[in-house]
Amino acid sequence: MSAALSADVRPARKPREGAFDGVIILVVVLALWQGVHLYAGESAIASPLATLTFLAEFLRTPVFWGHFGATMAAFGYAVAISSVLGVVLGLVLGVRRFAGDVAEPILAGLYSIPKVTLYPMILLIFGLGMSAKVAFGVIHGVVPIVLFTMNAVKNVSPVLLRTARAMRLSQPETIRTVLAPAVLPEMITGLRVGFSLTLLGVLIGEMFASQRGLGFLIVNGINLHNVRMTTGMIVAVIAFALIANGLLLSLDRRFGRTPGGGSRAA
Amino acid sequence: MTRNRAIVLARIGVVAGAVVLVEVLCRLGVINPLTLVAPSRMVFDLAGILASGDINRDIAYTATTIATALVLSVVLGIVLGVAVHALPRVRRALDPLLASYYSVPSFIFYPLFVAIFGLNTFPLIVLGMAFAVPAMMMSTMAGLDRIPRVLLKTARVHRLNRWETATRIVLPSATPYLFTGLKLAIAYAFIGVIAGEFIMASAGLGHSIAFAYEGFDNHTMYALMLFVLVVVTVMNMSLHAWEGRLMRRRIRA
Repeated sequence: MSAALSADVRPARKPREGAFDGVIILVVVLALWQGVHLYAGESAIASPLATLTFLAEFLRTPVFWGHFGATMAAFGYAVAISSVLGVVLGLVLGVRRFAGDVAEPILAGLYSIPKVTLYPMILLIFGLGMSAKVAFGVIHGVVPIVLFTMNAVKNVSPVLLRTARAMRLSQPETIRTVLAPAVLPEMITGLRVGFSLTLLGVLIGEMFASQRGLGFLIVNGINLHNVRMTTGMIVAVIAFALIANGLLLSLDRRFGRTPGGGSRAA
Repeated sequence: MTRNRAIVLARIGVVAGAVVLVEVLCRLGVINPLTLVAPSRMVFDLAGILASGDINRDIAYTATTIATALVLSVVLGIVLGVAVHALPRVRRALDPLLASYYSVPSFIFYPLFVAIFGLNTFPLIVLGMAFAVPAMMMSTMAGLDRIPRVLLKTARVHRLNRWETATRIVLPSATPYLFTGLKLAIAYAFIGVIAGEFIMASAGLGHSIAFAYEGFDNHTMYALMLFVLVVVTVMNMSLHAWEGRLMRRRIRA
């Protein structure tokens, strides 16, 4: 009885505890922010209140939405390209063991080099503007997606593959009906990591050489001593990243909790 | 064994083939020299730059910054990891924060750091740490989580004191995780510092690359890019080899 009760109480209590923790963390962050503001002064970082009032006004202007749209367009293209390319390459390299073993250390090496140094090359190839930002986002995001997908395919239970062979499925059919559903949970984790890195790539691209986008606004704010703009845009980017990551995490959890749920659906 | 050798040979073949392909395309003029310099030329330019010593100050500057950021990150990461591990209530509260930490592109803070600390090495070190500390911290906590209960009980049976338990039980069993953390911290410190130098700085390798780009000095730019990539790759590979040796020794023991 008491066990049943506590089992009933637990899930009801947990979200409230989580919300309480969230409020505490928010208060601590705001206090730290205010503290840094008091220490460094008005010319370095705007106070939380000033930033939020600035944001409330700036979010209503078309200027913000123009820059936001530029970032989102580049980010959208980059995410679409790195997801499709990453998943396809990951599946192929996972199925073809030899190619996968050859490629894995090369990919791991590419993953850990500071890709920022490659940005001038990207700029020389694609020119200033949208396509350079997209390409830079893609080279950040595609590698983790390939690695996660490839490892997921390698870890698929051999029974599933033998079943596919017993049923004489062709390779495209095997990939579509057996492999893809089986690797879905890990693939979503890979997509989440790739998503974050793509955002990072696009924003670095905007910060280094661009005339549009949120990254440009952040650097431009510093150059023009418009501290509120810089602080406000940083808050906007953080909010966007956290919301997007939260959505992907909940997706991740849903597929992670019911292993095989994907394959049953297929 | 023969399969392993075939894999290694194929890997070398792929990398060498890619380099040769780029070289040929550059020499034939298919790739514009204003876009990409031939790989052999990059090596030649790099040798010239290194021999002239023009870049030594920037190399020293970047290396010192990265080393400082790395040492501080590892120490702070381990200390924070141990502290948070000891306080389960705090850990539960921090969990969502840590889980989403790396989804926020930390580079966006760099202009703020520059505004707060001034345009010197300090904001670079802080940026490197912002990247590396959470990785080290999470690896430390993962390592502490996975110490087998039996070993801790054994320590109690042998009446080891805290220090002995820490050095003889905790440290050896957490080492693989600490190593993973160290590897990440090194990669992140490099990325953070060089990216920071790239966006806004007055010295350093990243700054020199950006400076060469802005001056249309492709030869210097590609030579320095090659230098950074070679240094990072060699370091990653030696760390990987060292880790493999540690693992093998553990298995034998």
